[in-house]
Amino acid sequence: MWGKRLNFRVWIRGAALTRRFLAETTPSLALRERAAHQPSLPMFAINTSALFGQLLVGLINGSFYALLSLGLAVIFGLLNIINFAHGALFMMGAFCAYFLLNLAGVGYWGALVLTPVIVGAFGIFLERTMLHRLANLDHLYGLLLTFGLALIIQGLFQNYFGSSGLPYAIPPELTGAQNLGFMFLPNYRAWVVVLSAIVCFATWFAIEKTSLGALLRAATENPALVRAFGVNVPRMITLAYGFGVGLAGLAGVLAAPINQVRPLMGADLIIVVFAVVVIGGMGSILGSIVTGFALGVIEGLTKYIYPEASNTVVFVVMALVLMVKPAGLFGRAS
Amino acid sequence: MKISVSMLALTAALGFATAAFADDKNVKLGVLTDMAGLYADVGGAGSIVAAQMAVDDSGLAAKGWKIDIVSADHQNKPDVGVNISRQWADQDKVDGIFDVLTSSVALAVAGVAKDKNLVYMNSGAAASDLTNSACTPNTVHWTYDTYLLANGTGKAVVKSGGDTWFFLTADYAFGQALERDTTAVITANGGKVLGSVRHPLSSSDFSSYLLQAQASKAKIIGLANAGGDTANSIKQASEFGITAGGQKLAALLLFITDVHSVGLKIAQGLQFTTTFYWDQNDGTRAFAKRFAEKMKNHQMPTMVQAGVYASVNHYLKTLAAMGANPHDGAKVVSKMKETPTEDALFGKGSIQANGRVIHPGYLFQVKTPEESKGEWDLVKQIATIPADEAFTPIAQSTCALLKK
Repeated sequence: MWGKRLNFRVWIRGAALTRRFLAETTPSLALRERAAHQPSLPMFAINTSALFGQLLVGLINGSFYALLSLGLAVIFGLLNIINFAHGALFMMGAFCAYFLLNLAGVGYWGALVLTPVIVGAFGIFLERTMLHRLANLDHLYGLLLTFGLALIIQGLFQNYFGSSGLPYAIPPELTGAQNLGFMFLPNYRAWVVVLSAIVCFATWFAIEKTSLGALLRAATENPALVRAFGVNVPRMITLAYGFGVGLAGLAGVLAAPINQVRPLMGADLIIVVFAVVVIGGMGSILGSIVTGFALGVIEGLTKYIYPEASNTVVFVVMALVLMVKPAGLFGRAS
Repeated sequence: MKISVSMLALTAALGFATAAFADDKNVKLGVLTDMAGLYADVGGAGSIVAAQMAVDDSGLAAKGWKIDIVSADHQNKPDVGVNISRQWADQDKVDGIFDVLTSSVALAVAGVAKDKNLVYMNSGAAASDLTNSACTPNTVHWTYDTYLLANGTGKAVVKSGGDTWFFLTADYAFGQALERDTTAVITANGGKVLGSVRHPLSSSDFSSYLLQAQASKAKIIGLANAGGDTANSIKQASEFGITAGGQKLAALLLFITDVHSVGLKIAQGLQFTTTFYWDQNDGTRAFAKRFAEKMKNHQMPTMVQAGVYASVNHYLKTLAAMGANPHDGAKVVSKMKETPTEDALFGKGSIQANGRVIHPGYLFQVKTPEESKGEWDLVKQIATIPADEAFTPIAQSTCALLKK
């Protein structure tokens, strides 16, 4: 209750400040009049169309945040592991797509299916050999282990492939772009938004609404009891980790044609993605999806209004949210 | 006052002391670079390889010299760079610092090199401030700077009709210096800058900025960024149909590793300024072949790595001529300024009083996929910028050393 009122007040203050800022920075009256006399009101038309463009671009970036934070949320919710290797696994997804294309001749569509499986299998290997030994220890151990793994994986890739990365082309079916009037939307970006929205929804549905999901959630609440029902809980947990990692691999394939395929592509993203998870509420599936898309949009707007702050805005939001709701927007206070 | 007098006496005494050890032939070089970030292919491990090659080629080891190379990762952070340089000077007794790409770090380290009286040979950073407002008696700036880039690419583009610009600028010392110098060239040649947007260093998504550039309707979108940032900008500009829509990109600083990484299909036709390309002549080809064999990823040398080789080469040559290492940065640097530079990579050149190394620059164009005959056959030379036009004329330099 208190939180809502505070939010509202902040919003009012913000609006007043913006008005004052605008009043101070708007060009002088003479200039404004001159603009008004121009027949093709360029000022305003450009601004709204640019704004729509930035919103859409934000949504596209948000879909990466959502996919990655979803994987993190699944892993944290089900395994209680803070998976710092997520960025490195995302990067491996992109490299996997590159190798499938250049060594095995498997194109983008094949990579889209195969990569999550391959990266997921690698995740399962990590879980079986290392992570499951830490299951009963403090979160910190899992965090340290996965962080170390991330550094090793990144270092190895950097050593062999350099830092500037490798090219990966957009699949021919998705090249080109649509002119939406207010912006030029590349077909590939549209595809990214649609696919990640579908994957996010399917994951949420599977975990929150199906009996398999119910079993998974029960297994994290009380593994002993679920075991008593004859369910192989360790195997389920392993597969859940593999699934979360597979999502990172999928995001990697999606990112390969947009960014360079380079060893640091995950490290650049992962910090933001962790902020997304914290804002959404640790372990909350719905929270990570909604927050991922929302923060993408907020970041997009910042890039338009004050680009210098675009790297920090996510963390400002995080600090504000944590002050008002320490468990995150969708998290349950423990 | 008393203290400073005694300090002076002490320094003088130390000066005599070093003079007494006239046959000191120990040299320690420090290569300070980005080992794992977005510029690691531009400098990084390759800079260490290049420095080692210069040491081996000098043949000084056989003449009783003991030359060690240490290296460190400044992570593109000025504070880290400063701490490492201080430690090198105080504890590790390093004589000279090399490479130091990333202008923000480079400017900070210049101060340390002056305080600690080290030799500071920068071959990686771009900001022309290093030999202007921030010049010191210890700095030598090799390879290139923002003045050269602006005068090379900027002038060529404006002359060919690209007279309205919008900048996409990396938000730190380098990007700002490059935007400033290029803007000066554009306006001097009758062009106009319509706007600019500043992005944080090492961004992965440029679509927002590119949309703003697109909306500006400028004929030319000037990329005042480097390394991975430039590669991503070029790739995403093609995705957003910027070039298809009639606007052109001007990559003000493009390294051969960026072209390799983006691929010719997208990068073809881009013009850029460089002072070194591996496939220029027999000397550069021989160097590049040896260099690539030593690299894990078998990359060809960038101009920054070539600059490390050339600057170490000149430093050691000067030391050899002096007969011993005086461990006095300013003294060695002033001796280096008296000596003409010459090596297989940059040809003949000289060092101005402000520390700027003068050699020719070249305008290159990225080849089309059909023109390319191999993985690293990427660009072709289209013009030469003569040495006397490539860098800030000494009369215009704002370096305080020049005011007598």
